[in-house]
Amino acid sequence: MLSSVRTLWYTFLHLFQPNVTVQYPDEMPYLAPRYRGRIVLTRDPDGEERCVSCNLCAVACPVDCISLQKTEHEGRWYPEFFRINFSRCIFCGFCEEACPTYAIQLTPDFEMSEYNRQNLVYEKEDLLISGTGKYPDYNFYRVSGLAIPGKDKGEAEHERPPIDVRALLP
Amino acid sequence: MTVFLIDGKEYTAKPDENLLQACLGAGLDLPYFCWHPALGSVGACRQCAVKQYANAEDTTGKLVMACMTPLAEGARFSLADPETAAFRASVIEWLMINHPHDCPVCEEGGECHLQDMTVMTGHAYRRYRFTKRTHRNQNLGPFIKHEMNRCIACYRCTRFYRDYAGGRDLDVFAAHDHVYFGRHADGTLESEFSGNLVEVCPTGVFTDKPFSARYARKWDMRGAPSICTHCALGCNTTANERAGELRRIVNRYNGSVNGYFLCDRGRFGYGFVNAPDRIRTPLGRGADGKQAPISREDAVARFGALLRAGGRIVGIGSPRASLESNFALRSLVGAENFHPGVSAHEGVLLRLVTDILTSGAVHVPSLRDVEHADAVCVLGSDLPNAAPRAALALRQAVRGAGIVAAAAAEIPYWQDAGVRTYAGEVRSPLFIATPAATRLDDVAHTALRAAPNDIARLGFAVAACIDPGAPAVADLSADLTAQAQLIAQALLAADRPLIVSGVEAGEISVIEAAANIAIALRARGKTAALMLNLPECNSLGLALMAEGAGGLAAALGEPAALVIVLENDLFRRAGSAVLDTALAAAHLVVLDHSDGPTSQRAELVLPAASFAESGGTLVSSEGRAQRFYQPIFAENDVRAAWRWLGEAGRAAGNNACAGWSTEDDIVAALGSTLPHFVAAPRAAPLETFRITGKRISSEPHRFSGRTAMNADRNVREPKPPVSADSPFSATMEGYYGKMPPALLPFAWAPGWNSVQSVNKFQAEIGGALEGGDPGVRLLDAHKDATLAYYTEIPEPFAPRPGMWRAVMLPRVFGDEELSARAAPIRERMSPPAIALNEQDAAQIGAAGGQLLACELDGEPQHLALEIHPGLPRGVAGISGLAAKVHALPAWIAVTTSGLGAS
Ligand code: SF4
Ligand code: SF4
Ligand code: SF4
Ligand code: SF4
Ligand code: FES
Repeated sequence: MLSSVRTLWYTFLHLFQPNVTVQYPDEMPYLAPRYRGRIVLTRDPDGEERCVSCNLCAVACPVDCISLQKTEHEGRWYPEFFRINFSRCIFCGFCEEACPTYAIQLTPDFEMSEYNRQNLVYEKEDLLISGTGKYPDYNFYRVSGLAIPGKDKGEAEHERPPIDVRALLP
Repeated sequence: MTVFLIDGKEYTAKPDENLLQACLGAGLDLPYFCWHPALGSVGACRQCAVKQYANAEDTTGKLVMACMTPLAEGARFSLADPETAAFRASVIEWLMINHPHDCPVCEEGGECHLQDMTVMTGHAYRRYRFTKRTHRNQNLGPFIKHEMNRCIACYRCTRFYRDYAGGRDLDVFAAHDHVYFGRHADGTLESEFSGNLVEVCPTGVFTDKPFSARYARKWDMRGAPSICTHCALGCNTTANERAGELRRIVNRYNGSVNGYFLCDRGRFGYGFVNAPDRIRTPLGRGADGKQAPISREDAVARFGALLRAGGRIVGIGSPRASLESNFALRSLVGAENFHPGVSAHEGVLLRLVTDILTSGAVHVPSLRDVEHADAVCVLGSDLPNAAPRAALALRQAVRGAGIVAAAAAEIPYWQDAGVRTYAGEVRSPLFIATPAATRLDDVAHTALRAAPNDIARLGFAVAACIDPGAPAVADLSADLTAQAQLIAQALLAADRPLIVSGVEAGEISVIEAAANIAIALRARGKTAALMLNLPECNSLGLALMAEGAGGLAAALGEPAALVIVLENDLFRRAGSAVLDTALAAAHLVVLDHSDGPTSQRAELVLPAASFAESGGTLVSSEGRAQRFYQPIFAENDVRAAWRWLGEAGRAAGNNACAGWSTEDDIVAALGSTLPHFVAAPRAAPLETFRITGKRISSEPHRFSGRTAMNADRNVREPKPPVSADSPFSATMEGYYGKMPPALLPFAWAPGWNSVQSVNKFQAEIGGALEGGDPGVRLLDAHKDATLAYYTEIPEPFAPRPGMWRAVMLPRVFGDEELSARAAPIRERMSPPAIALNEQDAAQIGAAGGQLLACELDGEPQHLALEIHPGLPRGVAGISGLAAKVHALPAWIAVTTSGLGAS
């Protein structure tokens, strides 16, 4: 009895709370950067594609809606195509968790409705943005051991210059 | 069997195994790197540490390396002991100190033994904060990619390449943590077994270069058990597909055939399947005389009409097509009109080989038997070029004597470094008699250079030395007599003697001589193994089916109304003049997957499936019928040739074709029609085979992108394909686990993502697969079978003035028709050449590299001269002209002056 009265009282008090209804779309809600909306592919601080086509996002995806093909240019791996079928995507963010390069990121944009389901199939051209997204500094190739144009063997972080196999020194 | 204890639990193993083998055999997970079941132990990586206790009272124990520890009855070990577990984790940690942050961009990722072992030991966090050692990579040619930073210095690569495969151009350089595994300088790896480095190396140092260009992770590819179609040995492979494209070929373990290794022709020769100029639609010749695409229905109707039209119908089978397709053609045209599509000369050799092999009087060895032979005589066969995997097996056979000697000194066979050091130059005898040098000569007791006639005479003489009842060779030179006696003694002294020859020897007499040696050994109470190599993946199946019918000569002798050619380019089998006359008046229907001169002149071309788009059965030169399965399911008109033949036959009202709806039907019909193939239906489980009511999944359980890979074409997912001829499901749905070994679509086990997961499918580590090695042998020796001695001993070879005896010198890259279409193999091919002895070259005043003119099969040829010091005088070795092999052997004139003239 007492608890029912208390509940009614609290509910009554809400009459005096400020209104929280947002006049969307006239008024846009604030969404945190870590909100899980439309997926993008980002670039590294040098402006190159971050995705190295490792396929980890694709394998992490519980609905299997990511498909891509690796290709290579001067030692750098990148996707020949990168496709997300957003009509299947459940915005779980597992791909972002799995990505070792911070390439794939979920953004606070959720306005993706389409009349034609086919239009929900995004290709690399639709996904790739020109910035670094949430992680401004990370550059996978500065850490990895592959030689790419502008970063030879031994020039990555924490690397010694390459061994001269003909040297007799210990 | 030896009983030993691990963590208090009893296990059994063979007494001569080491503890690591025994643990893996017992299904336990113990990490390792430097040990490899085929390479043995060296105890270099320290990864396989376990505790050994002296007795039940001992609680302290000592650390030992499992791979270096022999088993003893009642011995006590612990894997779980915290001290050893910590030791194993710290071994990984220090191996990882210099390891690059590469997994996402490493082709090994997802099937990396180093990843697996790291997870197995539980090393998860990097504590090392200092700098990493780095290396520069080398360009190792079209097959292998090199990324030296990833090396953990386990030495498996050099041990395989140098010690096991006899390569010389890969080695280890520098010292301590600088060690570098590569060539002395950038350049193509020369060994025809270099591709195995991809699987032998437990890390991503050596990876598959063509695969990297069309890369997919292992978990993303459909796998199908397949059979190599690039020589007659029938190595077992796994064909991996993604998005309708054949991505790569990897080894599939078969303890009796290829074991852990393939040759590079087999691994890198698949490119023809993906070739853009493949035949993918039916083509009909229109009124304008040009071939144009036609619909499937039109094609069948036109074929049916041609079949109904009557007249002499000739069916030409193919040594590179499956038993199913060949049998379908044979049934359609009738046995009397079915001819093996091989050259006239090869037809004669094939008939001889099948006579010998089906007699039951000789033991036809498996490659495992070859590996265990203790005296070998090779007559006329350049195995490293003609049947590479068999050459690799012979290279292991010669180690036999050394292993026996080491065993006598109590060094177990798996103690690799010990056995090799102790054995030194002690080898089982290998005698090689060929016209030109071979890449096996370095381990041969004697490598003799002789013309084919003299090789045959040597063989006949060996037989006569073994059994005086064998026909003797008159006027044999003192040299050859001494050789013959030596070989005869060695073979007689052996327990498992082996004679090797093959169609590539080119002469009937050489094969007959080889057979005589086997017969003679049998007469002396020995079981002699006789390996007769054949040229193509189903040569033996075709020859057995043709029941002695000759080659093309018989097929094309009389005029025909309709000629049906199955997966064959006749212009590689006979001269164009002959073919032009024979085909001029006939309607020509060709069923093939790859375009060529024969399909180009056909009236009707039907797109036949390659080994990747259909299933089928092939018979290897061992007489082993093995089934291959379909990895590619594409929506087009490509279908197994037997399906086209069946449809056309039904359209023409032919009853023979009425009952074929699945591959099993046709194999069953084959088994009941031809006595040689009674066992063929047992080569693999039937289409109706299920485990727990399920089909076997051919895609790994984490196959990705299923709802996106086709979404660019249609966002609605297509209905998954259904495999009509096999017990596989074409998707990840279905059963995966213990299964009949012929069906293993890819090797994977929990915690074991790399190829080494095959451990989990073997009955005995490095031995047969659980459930028996796949395939069924069609030819077995029986006690009361007899084979009479061959008596036609050829005259000694006598050079003719101004003429040379042209013989074929096989080449591993380029000779085989299909692999020669693959881009990486093309990079390894060199232009056709003619080899002469240096004196012969001097006699015609030619220098190495100069173009020489000769005529083959009525066509002028200009071939670069190679000087082969060992080649007998009067013999000319032709190489790189496989399409002209039908014209060899022959006497030819060779001149320096003929350029431009003909
Ligand atoms: S996980 Fe990241 S780097 Fe790897 S394929 Fe996906 S987006 Fe690219
Ligand atoms: S070798 Fe294995 S552990 Fe090393 S980078 Fe490649 S996948 Fe990763
Ligand atoms: S290259 Fe591979 S096989 Fe060779 S030592 Fe290094 S890790 Fe071992
Ligand atoms: S040896 Fe022959 S069957 Fe084996 S992989 Fe090589 S070509 Fe293929
Ligand atoms: S596997 Fe035993 S020490 Fe390397």
